[in-house]
Amino acid sequence: MQELARFVNADAALVRRGRHFTGRFLVEARPRAWLVHVLRGRIEKVEEGPFVMPSWRFAIRADEASWRRFWQKRPAPGDHDLLALVRRGLMTFEGDLQPLMANLLYVKGVLEAPRAAAGAR
Amino acid sequence: MSAALEPIVGRYLALEVEGRRYRVYFEEAGPEKGGGIPLLCLHTAGSDGRQYRGVLNDAEITKRFRVIAFDMPWHGKSSPPEGFERDEYRLTRDFYTSFVVAMSQALSLDRPVVMGCSIGGRVVLNLAATHADRFRALIGLQASAHVAPYYDTEWLHHADVHGGEVCAGIVSGLVGPDAPSAHRWETLWHYMQGGPGVFKGDLHFYKVDGDLRSRIASIDAKKCPLYLLTGEYDYSCTPAETQEVASLVPDAKCVIMPGLGHFPMSEDPERFLGHLRAVLAEVAGL
Repeated sequence: MQELARFVNADAALVRRGRHFTGRFLVEARPRAWLVHVLRGRIEKVEEGPFVMPSWRFAIRADEASWRRFWQKRPAPGDHDLLALVRRGLMTFEGDLQPLMANLLYVKGVLEAPRAAAGAR
Repeated sequence: MSAALEPIVGRYLALEVEGRRYRVYFEEAGPEKGGGIPLLCLHTAGSDGRQYRGVLNDAEITKRFRVIAFDMPWHGKSSPPEGFERDEYRLTRDFYTSFVVAMSQALSLDRPVVMGCSIGGRVVLNLAATHADRFRALIGLQASAHVAPYYDTEWLHHADVHGGEVCAGIVSGLVGPDAPSAHRWETLWHYMQGGPGVFKGDLHFYKVDGDLRSRIASIDAKKCPLYLLTGEYDYSCTPAETQEVASLVPDAKCVIMPGLGHFPMSEDPERFLGHLRAVLAEVAGL
């Protein structure tokens, strides 16, 4: 997740897709969590918890094992998509879902970006 | 420059079903001399008949089959009926079933094969249960008896969210991981082009009104052969859910397609055709 900004900001098409989104969202990979700060589609910074008073528009929560499977270069069926994890009861979307739904392709693209690192290893 | 005409021809049909008039767009391709076994193709929720471009353009299939793909009303180039603006669009099991039968009758198709995907795969199961004598064979792609809602579909038709963008976002992970980029994005483009509330309205059939769990056991695949093909990466209709249907229909034939997702004919036509040609060769010999 620490490399997220580098992956996303190097992808001009992805940044453009997210150009209408500015704000923070929480990614929880229990027991860890990160706040992702976005400015017009660019990742400004990724802050790792624990947090005392985190403020975010929406949160995407799952356990660490689910995220590890999700971030494989070629995840197994059912581990490969946020909504697949939601359907299996392994992930929840919380908070104000309007910015998430309005930018769903972008947010999916951001959270799939770490797969590039899995591919490089 | 280079240019090549495809063999696909599109036409409009004026069709009255249950007292309302529809202007229905369909495309077809078949043997050069005419004829061929009719193969009627049904698209997924929120999309249109372009999903079958790979099947319509496959010379090996169209030398024996007259392939027809139509856009359901509200979808693609088929208009909604007069007065649509006063109603909330919601697809029902009975209307969908009646509409497919009406299309078959209107085009004078003699015992066609019907192949449908997702909601189309679901209605194929209903056709198998209630109208088996009308069809030569039935092919369900990504077919399950029921899917319980697992996200809030209100977001698909919402003033604060772009409908086309969110529909593509919702289904993007249903495309398998090996899909060629051009076909992946064309598949998503069809979703981006859907009318407001149409995908949501189709899901009323998929998740609420089209629960066929009590009907599956009545399907007799000896009367009308039933083929079930499902992509490995589909989490909306999982292989396990298709296999459950197959286990309740003794003579149904079930194939799980590795690497493919929820839109096999559109996301990776070449890989899908490898599976479909074998099924159609068997159907042609019936």
